Amino acid sequence: MRSLFAIVWLALLPLAGFAEEAKPVGADPALEKHVQALTSELRCLVCQNQTIADSHADLAIDLKNQVREKLAQGMSDKQVVDYMVERYGDFVLYRPPVKSTTWLLWFGPFLLLLLGLVFLAWKIKSRSAAEAQTVTEADLQRAAALLSDKKEMQ
Amino acid sequence: MKRIAIFLVPLLAFAALCVFLWRGLSLTPSEVPSPFIGKPAPAFTLTQLTDEQKNFSPKDMQGKVWLLNVWASWCPACRDEHPMLIEFSRQNVVPIVGLDYRDQRDKGTEMLQEMGNPYQLIAFDGDGRVGIDYGVYGAPETFLIDKQGVIRYKHIGPITPEVLTKTLLPKIKELQNNA
Repeated sequence: MRSLFAIVWLALLPLAGFAEEAKPVGADPALEKHVQALTSELRCLVCQNQTIADSHADLAIDLKNQVREKLAQGMSDKQVVDYMVERYGDFVLYRPPVKSTTWLLWFGPFLLLLLGLVFLAWKIKSRSAAEAQTVTEADLQRAAALLSDKKEMQ
Repeated sequence: MKRIAIFLVPLLAFAALCVFLWRGLSLTPSEVPSPFIGKPAPAFTLTQLTDEQKNFSPKDMQGKVWLLNVWASWCPACRDEHPMLIEFSRQNVVPIVGLDYRDQRDKGTEMLQEMGNPYQLIAFDGDGRVGIDYGVYGAPETFLIDKQGVIRYKHIGPITPEVLTKTLLPKIKELQNNA
């Protein structure tokens, strides 16, 4: 049993080399945390549904290094993000900015909600109007007549 | 009226859905619109691939319409594009400047020896810094730059004969005719 473990362990040993890559390189843990936080807001251009923080694409690693460098130079988050947007457009942002071209994106759902509410209100109103209409004066009289008929029959 | 609406509303909704899905078929989300169109080409100074002593800077091309083609020896799509570039360079329509992106000098040189050299000159961007400044995210990419040094068009991916004749050439001609 022990030797089996040893064999499995030895077989996995070459993988240890790959495991190293995932670790962020950098001496300052606070800076590293900051880099991690900022790059997880940025889209990797090569693998579009990953953040730069998550991606291991060469470009993402380069960009992570750039972000680290800029932050170390004392640039603010906003300056770093602007630097990226200047080069890759708003597409790098996972949170699209609110501007005239993205109004539909940001406010569209509320517009749909509003339309839904208007439709609902209209539907309720027309239904209650229809219900009110069904009981007319004549109907009431007929009902009264029927009721009185019943009494006479008893 | 109500009867008709019951049939018509889902039908219209379905038609709208079809329009969106149909449109989605021809969209290419991997082609991100470049924020550089209409903006001056970022300045840089790099050594040339063929001669480390010589520099290249985009301002050297002032007064000419030119193409900046980002390529690398490690990039298979660049190899696919290469014969097309060579043929195009023989027509002497525009100078093509290469940007050897995130590459090694010897490997870049080797590829050109093997496949031919369509470039007037090649700037060597070993660490990919200039690539980042140009918003490059996948080679090959080709920038069309006008006489004033303004980026007018960017093509992402290999230049195909269709791209060349339908988009690039008309744009090049137009820019060359402008003062």
